[in-house]
This record gives sequence, structure tokens and C-alpha cells, in this order.
Amino acid sequence: MHQVEIATTQETLLDSPEMVLNMGPQHPSTHGVLRVVLKLDGETVMDLDCDIGYLHRGMEKIAENRMYTQIAPYWDRLDYIAAVSNGLVWVETVEQMMGLPVPPRAHYLRTILTELNRIASHLLWLATHALDIGAVTVLLWALREREEILKIFERQFGARLTCHAWRVGGMPNDAYDDFHKDVRQFVNNFPKRLDEYETVLSENRIWLSRTVGIGVISAEDAIAIGLSGPALRGSGVAWDLRKSRPYAAYADMDFDIPVGENGDTYDRYLVRLEEMRQSRRIIDQALENLPDGPVNAKLPKIVKPPVGDYYHSIEGPKGEIGCYLVADGTAHPWRVRVRPPSFINLQALRQMCIGHLVADVVAIIGTLDIVLGEIDR
Amino acid sequence: MLLFAPIDVLNHLLLRLGLSNDAITFFVWPLIQIGLIVTLIALWVAYATYLERKISAFMQARLGPMRVGPWGLLQPIADGLKLLTKEDFIPEKADRWIFFFAPYIAVASAFIVFSVIPFGPDWAVIADVNIGLLLVLAVSSIGVLALILAGWSSNSKYALLGGLRSSAQMVSYEVAMGLSLIGALLFARTLSLSGIVAAQGSDSIWYVLYQPAGFMLFLISGIAENNRAPFDLPEAESELVAGFHTEYSGMRWSLFFMAEYAAMVVVAAVATTVYLGGWYFPFVYRLEETGHHNLFVIAGVLVFLVKTSLILYFYFWLRWTLPRFRYDQLMDIGWKWLIPSALINIVLSAFAIFVVQALNGYRGMKTIEFLDRGLNLTATGKVIMIVFGILGLFTTAVLLSRINWRSRDFNLTVQRRNIKLVNLPKGKPAVQPGS
Repeated sequence: MHQVEIATTQETLLDSPEMVLNMGPQHPSTHGVLRVVLKLDGETVMDLDCDIGYLHRGMEKIAENRMYTQIAPYWDRLDYIAAVSNGLVWVETVEQMMGLPVPPRAHYLRTILTELNRIASHLLWLATHALDIGAVTVLLWALREREEILKIFERQFGARLTCHAWRVGGMPNDAYDDFHKDVRQFVNNFPKRLDEYETVLSENRIWLSRTVGIGVISAEDAIAIGLSGPALRGSGVAWDLRKSRPYAAYADMDFDIPVGENGDTYDRYLVRLEEMRQSRRIIDQALENLPDGPVNAKLPKIVKPPVGDYYHSIEGPKGEIGCYLVADGTAHPWRVRVRPPSFINLQALRQMCIGHLVADVVAIIGTLDIVLGEIDR
Repeated sequence: MLLFAPIDVLNHLLLRLGLSNDAITFFVWPLIQIGLIVTLIALWVAYATYLERKISAFMQARLGPMRVGPWGLLQPIADGLKLLTKEDFIPEKADRWIFFFAPYIAVASAFIVFSVIPFGPDWAVIADVNIGLLLVLAVSSIGVLALILAGWSSNSKYALLGGLRSSAQMVSYEVAMGLSLIGALLFARTLSLSGIVAAQGSDSIWYVLYQPAGFMLFLISGIAENNRAPFDLPEAESELVAGFHTEYSGMRWSLFFMAEYAAMVVVAAVATTVYLGGWYFPFVYRLEETGHHNLFVIAGVLVFLVKTSLILYFYFWLRWTLPRFRYDQLMDIGWKWLIPSALINIVLSAFAIFVVQALNGYRGMKTIEFLDRGLNLTATGKVIMIVFGILGLFTTAVLLSRINWRSRDFNLTVQRRNIKLVNLPKGKPAVQPGS
């Protein structure tokens, strides 16, 4: 990555040397252990460099020594905010390599639960993003709704955060007894709550002045860097894997893709809020049309995909999370590579931040919605 | 009054001890007052934190402190004990002496101001200085020195940035704060805080009615002066970790904390005194007339506390509702909006007084009477003045939007767009449901 040069001769305001500020890895709003080295002129960012790797656990290497079914729980630890989505990309990759016929009920349940996870992830993003910009109350309101989702996860999977939600070929078990009722209740209550957040933020002049025109990235740049998810859609590119390459039961769902215009922080904020509404729509439909039947495919004793390589990706809450898998015909993968959305979205940070103030760096880190577990792997 | 017999008893006792009457009035009583006020203020400040936590909890759908004592009522005391017993850590590279003394400057400057605040009538005032308001402004601006010194001496970049921000912020908002008070001073014709209350009392009005713009300007610049949200940039936790007090711990940190809350109480108290009539309340004088002098004072103090607490509540409310400004926006608001508004307000207030004065005697109309301290307006005069106050608000708003019509932040709501919803065509599925 780009290196920050500590120059002391360059002409700056008041002819003073730039200040190099080390933000993180222990900092309240770098969302984990991201370290950002800022070169400041007063408070204006002249240059910055990201230093990552503080949470590196060698996931991809570990995966080479685990059996295909054992890898799924590791994938939850990539983006621990969206563990259900991450789990899905792994099992779907394996299933598709093996050509396993997953029953429709499992597909529908997967759709419902990953969409719930998308809402949970976006809520946590909203909470921390608002907190970074100084609106503390939104944090607790958003976490209150996220709690409802986590309760559903706890009852369904037995865990709240890293759920190990899926198994190769389907689901560990069918939906629990009150699943329909709980999800329905959430779906009915959620829009009201979302409107509540909007009353605090969307028209708030301070919020507008902190987000409009901040961290602008054009559609061309966004595509060139490889942004995905809301960060890409905020710049006006209509691209969503749920539509363009449907997986799970998305092909049966009717929903729209929110697209921004200016590619600034405010557009990405609106896009994510609208995405939550669309997710709710998807859950509503999937719950309505939930088919009966088994939730598991018939599996061989040992999961062994055929020799070859395969790439599959899904639309995670943060963007395209992909999995490239090379199988050598044994019970272990030969090589696994994750396409991490947060890592690639983070590459836009420097371009977005230069010329802005320190306070905007925090807002931009927030708007990129990064999770260090996934960046460092 | 039996309740206040101890005061007389103490007076007699001191006289018996051979202290002269002068010594008692000028030395013993002030000391007792100071001790009492400092203790009470410290308690008030401690419970202001408790209230803030409870109020924020109420706004955020949670309970707040509940464990220490009933409804967590002893929480501030537990917190104080915890902070007292914590390690007082001084960074190795810090400038030790400045690092030592900065918190004391902060606390002292916040507490000294209380000496001139009229909490109530008569003995509830420690010192009725005839330049009271000037002293408040002067001493509270020393507080900024503490922040700069703390930020500088910590030898930490975050603390330095916090100190720099606070110096810029407090210097620019002090101007707006001072200017916004001048409008009210035109009516009070005195700088003594007791005098301002008395002037409002004799005119039977709260100056907030004559000076709505001045009151709003004072409240806003007061928040900025106190480094409270949405202007809490010097300690913006999400950017600067903890700003100027990043390196402080234990009691020294809590001194800054106390200073912040004390300064907040000061601004609320000054706003109450100047704009909300201080301890003055219509029925308070009845007690004095019926001869219950001490009860009159106590009632006055209570009225004062209630008004101040309402302003404090407003501050808490703002803090937990609004996001934080950015540094340059803060400067914009200070220099482009608040200071021009305050200047316009001064001109408009003077003009309003001039008009009311000119109308005096016009066709036998009686509007105004100039007193030694303050103005007395007749009912007609009051109505005219209040109308002028409200018109002043609008005029200020119109003038400022003309001045700042090109400013980015002013046009934000115009810039607000909606996102569009796209129904993308469906691609080839990666997985066929039921395949």
C-alpha cells in the first residue's frame, strides 16, 4: 500500500511541519484494530495509510487442514457481524461444486435468515456510524432492534453472533416452533422503528452537514477500486448479486435495489436504510411462501467435491463476499481464498479522505462499514 | 421562625466570643457561605451527572444507574470514591507541573463564578459585585487556559489537538456570548447580577420576553463555551479519543469532569439570572410582605434551582439528540451566524428602546420610566417591546440568511436528494431453488 512520507520541508499552513497522527489500532472509532496513519496539516488530512493485520488468524491456511464440513464455523469469524451470510457463501460453494440438490425449504429459510442478518449488520453499522458522528442515542435504539434479530438467531441456531448457521446440503435443523411468529412480529414492527431513526437523522441539519459531500467517490472510481455492496450502489451503480446472479431463493423474490447518486456518505446512508426496508420486504415474501418439506439434502458420508476449482459469491451486507475453492479430490480443500468486501472497500479510504478533516476520516471509516475480522482474516 | 433560629443563635455566640460585628459580617459569614455553597455546588454537580445518566437512559430506552442505592441514587458518590482511589497516572514525557495544575485551574475558574451568582435574595448572595456579569465572563474564560495547558502538557497528539480545538472554540464563542448579553444589559442598566434580577423584578418581566434572540444566542454559545454536545469537539471521543484529557486519570480527570459540569451549571445559572428573572417569581414577594423573610429567601433559592435545572435539562436533551459538528462548521456557526446575530440583536434592541422612549408622551401615552437600575415599562411599553423582540428574531433570521445564502451548510436541505429504486433484471441464477 501507499506509504506515508514524513516530509518536513513542504509548504503548509503557517509553514509548520505536518503532524503524523497514529489513529488506532486502539481507537474508539476505527471499528476494531485498524491502524490509520494520518498526515495532517492542522486538521486537514494530507495523506493517510492503513495498517492492517492486527487480527490476522490465517483463516485461509487453517481451512486447508480442515474437512469441508469443519470449515463452516471458521467462516463465521470472518465478518462476525454478518456470520450467517459468511456461512452461506461457504456452504453454497461446496454444494455447487458437488452439485448437491438443496431442498427449497432450506433455500427459503436461508433467504429469510441471511436477510435478517443483513438487517442486523446494517443496524450495527447505523449504530456505530451515528455514534462516530456523535449521535449517541441512535446507537441504543438500533441495538434494541438488533437484539430482536439476535434473539431469533439464538432460538434458531443456539448462538447469537457466530451461529454456525448452515450445514453443507441444508440446515442443521428445521425452523423452531415459533419461528414464523417471531419473524412476523419483527417484520411488522420494524418499519416503525426505522422511521424513528430517520426522524433523528435524515433531516437533521447537523447530520446533513456531516455527511453530504463527504467521502465522495465517483462510479468509475468505485468500479476501478472494486467496491461492492452499498458502497458501490451509493455511487450510482446498480449492481446486486441477489439480482444479477441469484442464489438461495432470491430468484423468486420481488425487490428493488436502492441506488444513490453522488457517492457521498449521505447517499450510502440512505442506500443502507432503504436496503433494510427491501430486506424486510424479502423476508415478508419468503415467510409468506415458505414451502414445506425437508431442509437437508442427502449427503455422502464424507464431503468430497470433485477435483477442480470453483468461485461463488453472494451479496453480503458489506458487499460481494466470495469464496474461491480449489479441490484436489480429498476431504480437505487444496486452497481457499476469500474475496473480502471490507478489505476491498477499505482501499477507497485514502482517496475518500484526502482533503477532508480528521472528523471526516471517522465518518468515512464508518460509512465504509468495515469489519476487521474479514479484512485481516 | 423557629427553623432559622440557629442562625441567630450562632450570631449571638460569635458576638459572645468577642468577635466584632464587622468581623462577623465580613469574615465569618462569608466563610460559612463559601463552605456551604462549595459543598452544595459539588453535590449539585455530582447529581447533575446522575441526572444526565438517568435522562439519557430515559431517552435511550434503558434504565441507567440502578445498582448503587435505590434507583442508583448513590452512584455519584460511588463514582467519586472510585475516582479518588484510582491511580493518578502522569505520562513520563508530560510537562509535570503544568499537567499537575491544569485541572485546578479548570475547577477553580468554574467554582469562582459561583461567588457572584445570586442564588436567591438577601443572604443567598455571597458577593454582590457591581461588575458581576463581567466577572462571570472574565473568570469563565480562564477555564480555556486549563484546557490548553492540559492539552499541551500531556505531550500527546490527541490531547494537543483537543487543546487547540478548545482554544479556538472558546475564544470565538466567548465573543458571541458576551455580545448576546449586551441586549439584556440595555434593559437592566447594571452589570450586577443581583441588580439584573432586581431590575426584572421591578419591571415584573423576564428579559427572555424582551430578548428572545439574545436568550437563544446565549444558550447556544453557552453550550459551545462548555464544550457540550453538539459542540463537544475538544473531547470528541470518536475522533480524539478523549481530547484534552486523554492522558488524565483518577481524581485529576474527575476535576476536569467536575469543571465541565460546574461550568454548565454556571451558564445555566447566568441564563436564569439574566433572562429568566433569577430567583424572582410572582408569588415570592408575598412571603416577604407577610414577614417570613428566611422562608422568602429559601423559596427564592428553590425557584432559582428549578429554572436552572430546566436549562440544564435542555442541555442534556440536546446532547443526547444531536450529532456533533465538525470543527470548521463550528467556526462557521460562531463567526458567520452567532456573532453577526448578536450584533444585529444589539442594534435592534437599542432601536426598540429608542422607539418605546420616543412613544413616551406621544398623545398622552405612557410607556417607559428610566430607573437608576433598569427600566420600568408600562403595559403598553411591554407589549411594544415584546413585539419588537419577536420581530427581531425574524429580522435576524432573514438578515443572516441573506448574508449566508451561499454557505454550503445553509443550502443542505435543498441539496438533499432521494435515492432511486432500481428494479434490476434478474440474471442467470447461481443456484436453482430446489435443484
